[in-house]
Amino acid sequence: MAQIELKDVGLSYFTPKQETEALRGINLSIRHGEFVSIVGPSGCGKSTLLSLVSGMLKPTKGNVLIDGEEVTGTSRKVGYMLQHDHLFEWRNVFNNLLVGAEIRKMDLNRAKRKASELLERYGLGEFAQHGPSQLSGGMRQRVALIRTLVAEPDILLLDEPFSALDYQTRLKLSDEVFHIIKEQGKTALLVTHDLSEAISMADRVMVMSKRPSTISSMHDIRFEEGGGLSPWKKREAGLYNRYFNAIWKELEGHVVPII
Amino acid sequence: MSSRLYDNYLKVQKRRQRLIVLSRLSVLAAFLLLWELAARWGWVDPMLTSKPSQLLSSFRELAFEGNLLRHTWITGLETLVGIIISMLIGTVIAVLFWWSTFASKVLEPYIVVLNALPKVALGPIFYIWLGDRYSIYGMAVAISIIVTIIMVESGFKEISKTKLKLMESFGASKIQMLRMVLLPASIPHFIATLKVNVGLTLVGVVMGEFLSSKAGLGYLIIYGGQVFQMTLVMVSITMLALLSAILYGVVNLLERYARRKYHYEG
Repeated sequence: MAQIELKDVGLSYFTPKQETEALRGINLSIRHGEFVSIVGPSGCGKSTLLSLVSGMLKPTKGNVLIDGEEVTGTSRKVGYMLQHDHLFEWRNVFNNLLVGAEIRKMDLNRAKRKASELLERYGLGEFAQHGPSQLSGGMRQRVALIRTLVAEPDILLLDEPFSALDYQTRLKLSDEVFHIIKEQGKTALLVTHDLSEAISMADRVMVMSKRPSTISSMHDIRFEEGGGLSPWKKREAGLYNRYFNAIWKELEGHVVPII
Repeated sequence: MSSRLYDNYLKVQKRRQRLIVLSRLSVLAAFLLLWELAARWGWVDPMLTSKPSQLLSSFRELAFEGNLLRHTWITGLETLVGIIISMLIGTVIAVLFWWSTFASKVLEPYIVVLNALPKVALGPIFYIWLGDRYSIYGMAVAISIIVTIIMVESGFKEISKTKLKLMESFGASKIQMLRMVLLPASIPHFIATLKVNVGLTLVGVVMGEFLSSKAGLGYLIIYGGQVFQMTLVMVSITMLALLSAILYGVVNLLERYARRKYHYEG
């Protein structure tokens, strides 16, 4: 059974000036443990789609289901990772990790154990008592991911989590995050502008059209070298360029030409 | 291991810092000297201006025999209480405005008008409603509370929407957002508001004392003016300046403490 299911989902925004149809007729089904990337032109409603799955937005049409149950509000099964880490300056790294657990009134001792375990595991153990401002951008984003994981979601929504980082950090971190997510066995939905990131991390890449957005295609990413390649290796794999070019061409057709 | 150039740089910096402090003190000394000489040599009428030497002797007299310190203490206490009341009530109202956008929209024009209204004009009303003692607090709070509301509320608005989105993604309630993000993130704003309030509340307290009271520095100043004792007026004003410097210093200490404790940068 699919873990995340969108059935004929549509969403319109209302402002005093106009009505904007952001999404139309989205049908999607994602299995447990799958990693799906979403790409598309700017403003096509990629992030909106994540908000729908997270339960922060309600669709104006259709249904969103998680494990067969309709999403009515934010769910404990879902963790959201945003473009900026938004660590709280007034808490040290360790206490930042507990934010989600505190909000959800989870067992704090268990959360603390999990937090220190993950910190150690992902090489940040010595920074537990540091202030967030003492960490580099890449480290901060890793802390943000651990904060999400401490709340023990089954599904991770990643909204351009690397786009505020410099290129080198970005490549390294996407590799790490990929391993973390696979190791923890989470289902992941990644929104990104970066095609190579989308292809190298995901099992499937979903291409969206411009507004009102529909799913224009779905690419299964499979490599001859076999499964289990790291994003780094996938970028060097034989079929990588073919996927890249195919999706690139497809996106070009959707982008509004600059006059 | 620091290079000679760096040592040199540090030396120059230190010298400059010392020069600034020295110049500050000399400005004060020059002012007092000029005042003293002008009064002594009859450039100005000492009856109208008094003079520093007289202030000193009169300060000694008032402090040890009179009630100058008691009056200063009263004014200081009134100011402190006034600040605490307006910070508390102002913050609560700002929180309510954040909680209910509707209420904030409805009340916005009233806040704007109240902010522009010269609160001194309310003096007689406070006097009649609250009596001679409590009207001082009325005046102090009236002058500082609106600014408190406006400053704290704008602080809330500056806190990035996405920080709250993060909270929302975890399913946080409004109380949790308030407790875990809004209030701690506003600490720098609270301190800034406190700094403004020290000055404003002092204005309110002295104003209130002018209008009604029988004690405090404001009372001494009015009294000194009425019996034409410029020395008393000047001594009281000096105490007022000292008092505000002390209050400001306390807020600065508080700021440093908060910076260290909560890792705020800057």
